Amino acid sequence: MATDVRNMTLYRRRAVRNRVYMGLSVAAAAIGLGWLAIILGTLLIKGLAGINLAVFTEMTPPPQAAGGLANAIVGSLIMTGLAVAIGTPIGTLAGTYMAEYGRYDKLTPVIRFINDILLSAPSIVIGLFIYEVLVTRMGHFSGLAGAVALAVIVLPVVVRTTEDMLLLVPNTLREAAAALGTPTWHIVMKVGYRAARAGIITGVLLAVARVTGETAPLLFTALNNQFWSTNLNAPMPSLPVVIFQFALSPYENWRELAWTGALLITFAVLSLSILARVLSSKSGGER
Amino acid sequence: MSMMANNLGTSAIGARTDENTPEKISVRDLSFFYGETKALKNISLPLYERTVTAFIGPSGCGKSTLLRCLNRMYELYPKQHAEGEVLLDNVNILNPKQDLNLLRAKVGMVFQKPTPFPMTIYDNIAFGVKLYENLPRAEMNERVESSLRRAALWDEVKDKLNTSGLGLSGGQQQRLCIARTIAVRPEVILFDEPCSALDPISTSKIEELIDELKDHYTIAIVTHNMQQAARVSEFTAFMYLGELIEYDRTEKIFTTPSVKKTEEYVTGRFG
Repeated sequence: MATDVRNMTLYRRRAVRNRVYMGLSVAAAAIGLGWLAIILGTLLIKGLAGINLAVFTEMTPPPQAAGGLANAIVGSLIMTGLAVAIGTPIGTLAGTYMAEYGRYDKLTPVIRFINDILLSAPSIVIGLFIYEVLVTRMGHFSGLAGAVALAVIVLPVVVRTTEDMLLLVPNTLREAAAALGTPTWHIVMKVGYRAARAGIITGVLLAVARVTGETAPLLFTALNNQFWSTNLNAPMPSLPVVIFQFALSPYENWRELAWTGALLITFAVLSLSILARVLSSKSGGER
Repeated sequence: MSMMANNLGTSAIGARTDENTPEKISVRDLSFFYGETKALKNISLPLYERTVTAFIGPSGCGKSTLLRCLNRMYELYPKQHAEGEVLLDNVNILNPKQDLNLLRAKVGMVFQKPTPFPMTIYDNIAFGVKLYENLPRAEMNERVESSLRRAALWDEVKDKLNTSGLGLSGGQQQRLCIARTIAVRPEVILFDEPCSALDPISTSKIEELIDELKDHYTIAIVTHNMQQAARVSEFTAFMYLGELIEYDRTEKIFTTPSVKKTEEYVTGRFG
């Protein structure tokens, strides 16, 4: 019989170590997921209680009165929509420049670096900046200023994802298009964007998800409005700011509405993230 | 006459060409640089009209680089430049004033890996055509069909023209790329190792195709497969370390090469 030269002590020690690390990883994952479950659970319990038709049809109420969040929801939709409308074209064009036209330019790494700083800039700083640039000059808070502040947050996300997604399009595809005598802009439009479309849309969705919950930049720009207002030149209500104001109030009905608002935002962000996830997995299969 | 040309074209390699065959492309004293590195060293050779010229040599010898000079594909990248002359119908295409898109419409290219665009089979073919011609729908349909027929792909895809080109097999994708290239009516077609990613059956289909295409186009093909060079080409250029070692009729290169290095390579003693 051949002698077994394997060192069982070494093996057992490794097996034990394996179990320890495995246990730690599982515990860490459980803690992470646990918090998420607690947050979602609390939101559902406290928020669902307040969900009714009035939330979507009535204005934010004065203290101790019945009301809804209609004006805040619409304000959020308007400002987010406008922010995307401003940020997306600029962002995709900048990302396109970096990935397609200026890929080998010395300027491109500089733009990328600055964009990354903007990407991680605290949103309150962006709010203060827009306050200085727009609000003080206009002399008053406004929905427009809020939208611009959100657009500044949307912009770097879209720049980054557009560049990344276009860089993922294989060069062989560009060469193949160029080999047919295709002008560069046409290659970008018909081959680059087409192959990267799902990824770019995903980036925009993620940007929307990001700004949906932003409070700080709106505090300094759009402020709030207790009434129905679609006037971009006047203060405009938004869900995050209403939540901020109501959650800190001593009034029971305000706090309940804040929970409901929080549930709505979380739900919106969650659906956007899931949609983005589905889209990006589809784009993987397309290539 | 055309029948004769066909017969000769398939039966006797190189027999179609004689001293009177015009040079479609003349490469003259061509050097190429990747940054400071000289990758091609003073290459001169002709590409005769409606013949197949093969480029062989070990990896890194510069054969693909040479091919990419013929449609200036290298311009897509920074720090690459060519010196010397490449004459296409006696016009120097290395001239900075040469319009690159028009050049590439005339000098088509098929790549190592099949590169169908992420769109339908029909649109893959129509893509290049639309760039230079404004065809009515019926004529476009005709063009798509004739291109696919010429690329020996029509029968396999005629019922699914509106499905994605990415759904085809590798060999079919490569023939789709060939169809796409000939749809824009080029005069020269460059093949950059077109079969290296394909199985033997697809490979022989592409080789047959190249043999048919040379009745209409001037063809240059880079290949690692020496049998392939012997099968499809009338002229062969053997390159080594950026230099053109020998250029001659394919028969001669593979049977009685004049240079020792060539003989060593074609008999498989190095490379």
